[in-house]
Amino acid sequence: MLKQTNQFKAPVFKDHRQEREILVTRTVFAFVVVILFFILLLSRSWFLQVVEHENYKTRSNNNRISVQRVAPNRGLIFDRHGVLLAENKSVYSIQVIPEQVKDINKLLDKILKLKLVKESDLTRFKNKMRGTRRFKSIELITRLSEKNVAVFSANGHLLKGARVEAQLVRYYPFKNMLAHTLGFVGRINEKELNKIDTVNYRATRFIGKVGIEKYYEALLHGKIGSRTVEIDVQGRAIGKAIKETPPIPGANIKLSIDIKLQQAASKAMEGYRGAVVVIIPRNGDVLALLSTPNYDPNSFVTGISTKDYAKLTNSNSQPLFNRALRGLYSPGSTIKPMLAWVGLEKKIITKNTTINDPGYWVMPTKEQRIIRDWKPTGHGSHVNVSTAITQSCDPFFYDLAYKMGIDLISSEMSNFGFGRSTGIDMGEELKGIMPSREWKRSARNLSWFPGDTVNVGIGQGYWNATPLQLANAIGLLATGESRHHLRLAMEIQEGEEWSAISPILAKQQPDFGDQKNLNIVRKAMEKVTRFPWGTAKTAFKGATYKSAGKTGTVQLIKMAEGEEYNKDEIDTKFHDNAVYLGYAPLNYPEIAIAVVIENGGHGGESAAPVARAVLDKYFELQKQAKNNNKPAENQ
Amino acid sequence: MSLLSGDMSDRRNKGFAAKLHIDLPLLAGLLVLMGFGLMVLYSASGGSELQLRAQIIRLVIAFGAMIFFAWIPPRVYQKWTPLIFTVGIIMLIAVLLVGEVGKGAQRWLSFAGFRFQPSEIMKLAVPMMVAWYFSERRLPPNFSELLVAGVLIILPSYLIMIQPDLGTSILIASSGAFVIFLAGIRWRVLISLLLVVVIYAPIHWLLVMQDYQKQRVLTFINPEQDRLGAGYHIIQSQIAIGSGGMKGKGWMQGTQSQLEFLPERNTDFIFAVLGEEFGFTGVLLLLATYLWIVGRGFLISLRAQETYTRLLSGAITLTFFVYVFVNIGMVTGILPVVGLPLPLVSYGGTSMVTVMVSFGILMGIQTHKKLLPG
Repeated sequence: MLKQTNQFKAPVFKDHRQEREILVTRTVFAFVVVILFFILLLSRSWFLQVVEHENYKTRSNNNRISVQRVAPNRGLIFDRHGVLLAENKSVYSIQVIPEQVKDINKLLDKILKLKLVKESDLTRFKNKMRGTRRFKSIELITRLSEKNVAVFSANGHLLKGARVEAQLVRYYPFKNMLAHTLGFVGRINEKELNKIDTVNYRATRFIGKVGIEKYYEALLHGKIGSRTVEIDVQGRAIGKAIKETPPIPGANIKLSIDIKLQQAASKAMEGYRGAVVVIIPRNGDVLALLSTPNYDPNSFVTGISTKDYAKLTNSNSQPLFNRALRGLYSPGSTIKPMLAWVGLEKKIITKNTTINDPGYWVMPTKEQRIIRDWKPTGHGSHVNVSTAITQSCDPFFYDLAYKMGIDLISSEMSNFGFGRSTGIDMGEELKGIMPSREWKRSARNLSWFPGDTVNVGIGQGYWNATPLQLANAIGLLATGESRHHLRLAMEIQEGEEWSAISPILAKQQPDFGDQKNLNIVRKAMEKVTRFPWGTAKTAFKGATYKSAGKTGTVQLIKMAEGEEYNKDEIDTKFHDNAVYLGYAPLNYPEIAIAVVIENGGHGGESAAPVARAVLDKYFELQKQAKNNNKPAENQ
Repeated sequence: MSLLSGDMSDRRNKGFAAKLHIDLPLLAGLLVLMGFGLMVLYSASGGSELQLRAQIIRLVIAFGAMIFFAWIPPRVYQKWTPLIFTVGIIMLIAVLLVGEVGKGAQRWLSFAGFRFQPSEIMKLAVPMMVAWYFSERRLPPNFSELLVAGVLIILPSYLIMIQPDLGTSILIASSGAFVIFLAGIRWRVLISLLLVVVIYAPIHWLLVMQDYQKQRVLTFINPEQDRLGAGYHIIQSQIAIGSGGMKGKGWMQGTQSQLEFLPERNTDFIFAVLGEEFGFTGVLLLLATYLWIVGRGFLISLRAQETYTRLLSGAITLTFFVYVFVNIGMVTGILPVVGLPLPLVSYGGTSMVTVMVSFGILMGIQTHKKLLPG
């Protein structure tokens, strides 16, 4: 039989019968060999599982070498003077391995009778038991009190199969006060599981969820260790470790925060919704970072109940909201000093330029729009830049802003950090809006109107900023030096050595030139706190130090023309926001502060006193430090 | 449906399966294997639904590939065999030049966002090529034809060996060698070749083998000398299997597996989990399933109509058997540890699709038959 197998080649003459014979013989041969090999595998299994079964069974029961993973201790967090802000505390729990218990119900009954657990813990445990394998240890109760640990140990012989386990759990001794700064750790969830190095986190139960705890997770966590131990049949370790690779604890972090100043701010803000930020503008250190109201981060660590969590999320005052970093507020009059400096520097005004303020300002366009001063009677006919700042005269700044134009304002104010990240090491801050023509076109699809510029001139309209940005900007004006990234972590300890983190210069910087114009503005800001007509003079009456500042009162509702703002008639949630920016001391400014109080009314009446309290504390602490150092020097 | 049911079953299978070109006895074997495998995997992974889900997705994709290849008539890839082989060789060279390094070896090639191992293609392309070469010639092959076939096998094997991926290289070489064997290489030639290997082995040990490879062989010979090191795998897996006894310790109840004494229990050493938890009964069931699949493969080979399909189906079946044998042999301690997964049972593995494609080809060979005159 002939067959052409491939059309492209010359025909090959094949003997099909012979070929088939070869193939069949070989295939059958192969199959026989395969069956023999299968029999080989089967006999090997028979040998292991039947002949040698007793031997291997004993060896399995004696199997004692096990490698256990050891979680590293999380790094500690300190304030700038070494006060512990986040620590690891021993927490006791009762663990049960169902496999080891003869009669689980009897055991649970005994534990219940000793009043170590509640009925609800038992139901939870039984539910968990259904979904877990018998070898695994299941938590019966977390956070066993010291007293109950003693009760358990006293009755230990009756409670075979259950044991008390100690584990380190994060604890924040300053509770609410630092909630928005430190953040908190919590149990690792499914989403985080996909991002972390599962080998290094194999023994770890907690991970930074927000704040410093999240931002520095990689540093704080540390490196997993292992212990090779002898274990019994049920997998419990007995005796000492045979081989041990101790875990490397996470790095300790020293924050720039001064907890005493934070405490003062927290006390001063009691009852207010808002934020306080205190910085050292010369290097970017954040001394105090407070957002109120707040929450106890400790309640999140081992898991907050749904009810408590709902309470926090449903609260009108939004305690979970970090106002210092994410609250976007109109800066209001507080940016007048910065705008005044730009006007002077760009020679749009001089220190002698005056305007007439009859209580309103007429925009020099066709429509001749009338825009009112906050003070119905006006600030007089000869208002110069200094008076305009001290008494917060709106028409002066309407006029100045109108003359400067939005492009100049926008670019100069960006250099002060508005609309930009402050670079703080938290990863949560918002950039706010420094409005410009481009911004309005892309965000609102509208062109820029002169009226928009006039609004920007008094820090309202589209302009908004975080308290962090405001502190940053006033700090620049105070020092006349370069803008630094704000920072919380200032030193890190890995192993024994503390290493300092150097401050980082921001990319965009205002050019302060010879500081002559800065001094004009600073003088005016000094008057705010010291002169009889200054808007914050009452707040700073009797201060032992000299400081400068600027108040801001931001209307949250528009007044119809001719309508008067009457605090008593308006719902509190529409009351003005109060803002105060300041710095001290005058001759060589060390710190800058921003206070924002939501619906706080006039900046001079609510925000400035908070700033006063914090500044008082700062100088008190300075004095104490000096006194403490003196005897040491004399020795 | 008996394994040995011949043409009878073909006539009865004219329903849905026939239209899809599915071979029902083979399908049944594969499904039993996969079902059993998933059960063992769930236990071996410590009850991880995540792994279970990932494995099911992988199996479904591989299943799709099988159905697709079953649908292609063998004629088609017979015609394309030289081209597939050539492209495969080019890709192997490309891997060495521009390939991605993974776990210390260059095995991956990225193409249009896809990442794949050309060596996977060669697992099928090599037996296909050798079968194609012999199908064009008279059988049994003469000496010069054997030489050509040898080159066709050694070239890709060498390229894979220097990636380096010795395991895959040996498997591919053996899949080609099976075709030569089935094509009727004379016994005396075969025996002389085996002699050469026996003589060469000590030379290879002394001059070529890396220390870690030598260690594996030494540990295999005497695992107790390194109880906590390389011998640990072998000892623990034998304890697991042996302690399983006749009936096993029960699903998810194996102390060796669940207390994590057994390393790589969801991948290469999954057979030990099965042995511990299901005992000799489970081992018997698994081996019977594999034997059913292999037996069906041989039957398909015997009943194939052309030299090419006969050789190819025989080689595919033998290669699959080698996978099974090497893995179980390694886990039960009669072969050294070489790091091969248990086909269609071990977790993951890029080879799953290749294995299922080869079963698709087997099914195609069985179902795309011409009616022969008389």
